[in-house]
Amino acid sequence: MSIEAARIVYAVREVIAASFGAPDPLQVIFGLNITDGLNLALHGLLKPGDHVVTSSMEHNAIMRPLNDLQQQGIAYTRVACQADGTLDPALVEQAIQPNTKLIALNHASNVCGTLLPVREVGRIARQKGLLFLVDTAQSAGAVPINMDTDYIDLLAFTGHKSLYGPMGTGGLVIGGRVDSSTLSTLRQGGTGSRSEREMQPDFCPDRFESGTPNAVGLAGLLAALEWLQEQGVAQIQAHKEVLTQALLEGLGNLAGVIIYGPRDASLQTATVGFNIQGLEPSTVGLRLDEEYNILCRVGLHCAPAAHHTLGTFPDGCVRFGLSAFNTMDDVQQAVAAVRELTKDVR
Amino acid sequence: MTNEYAVILVDSTSHALRIEKLLGNQGLTCKLIPVPRHLSSDCGVCVRIQKQDVITAQALVNEHKIVFQSIEVI
Repeated sequence: MSIEAARIVYAVREVIAASFGAPDPLQVIFGLNITDGLNLALHGLLKPGDHVVTSSMEHNAIMRPLNDLQQQGIAYTRVACQADGTLDPALVEQAIQPNTKLIALNHASNVCGTLLPVREVGRIARQKGLLFLVDTAQSAGAVPINMDTDYIDLLAFTGHKSLYGPMGTGGLVIGGRVDSSTLSTLRQGGTGSRSEREMQPDFCPDRFESGTPNAVGLAGLLAALEWLQEQGVAQIQAHKEVLTQALLEGLGNLAGVIIYGPRDASLQTATVGFNIQGLEPSTVGLRLDEEYNILCRVGLHCAPAAHHTLGTFPDGCVRFGLSAFNTMDDVQQAVAAVRELTKDVR
Repeated sequence: MTNEYAVILVDSTSHALRIEKLLGNQGLTCKLIPVPRHLSSDCGVCVRIQKQDVITAQALVNEHKIVFQSIEVI
């Protein structure tokens, strides 16, 4: 039983490594979720005196660890993004200091879908001898990612979004430029290996995976990844791009609707953030649910920094997210529902 | 077939699974078994192979740069 479970968990490691162009499946570390993976990267890598460059579109999964680390003598610079969430890589380069160790970047905004220039920033990190951490919560499975050609050293991922797996699956992929034996562990315990020793092992993945893994969740993720491979990330991406463009244009044609982000499906994921002038996001969300059976997410989306950048703090916005299973009919119904809500304002 | 075996001792279950898959794909007979007590007190598993396959297995594992502790005849 436990060997079979371990076999499944190992199979997920191989598929995850292959999906992201990671060199070694044993460097795929599973944790509680992507937040756990980001915490491992940030708390594990950074030491007092280090400096980090990040952006103003980050989720709290990066900002809260960074602010916690700040109290331990680790500084960070938050590079300002444009009002649509886009980032100029040159500003990242300018923010690098002599003690900068890491650039930490969100690949795609969880508020408005804006894609950040990962490859360009990664190239800068590589040229400057820095490590590059990417939060792929919104992008893994949604757009192609390759740790080699995107110059990513630490890739945090979640199974439960565009990889179509269960909640509670995620972690960190450690690239070849990171000496994992120098990364501090978040927790220690039994690993099923080196049981004669009372010290944490120094090899991956055991060093960072103490205790019983979420084998059931990871089995679900394996099934999801196999499905995703059959469908093809590029095919799903093309399908969602068509729907996203239609949603952007449909909402954009409505008087009183403000859309955040680039408003161009080729420059963002299938996440669309908007507001109806004169209506609180919470009201819009509740009415979409109760009157139109359309689900969205409203508020600040655990990303106050991004909302400050977009000018939507503290009220937040309404967020639609499209998946492989959505259809053009869904998009048209959503636009029609928002149109009805805008009529009530005037 | 032979009843003489060797085991490949590894750091972790993940390493064992990786080797099992590699050798299995090459048609070698192998099985994950508990590490024999006289070799180690490790509570984990190791990869049992046929003694006649030791040289082939070692070459394959080295070729794929999979770290292992040692190969022991049992």
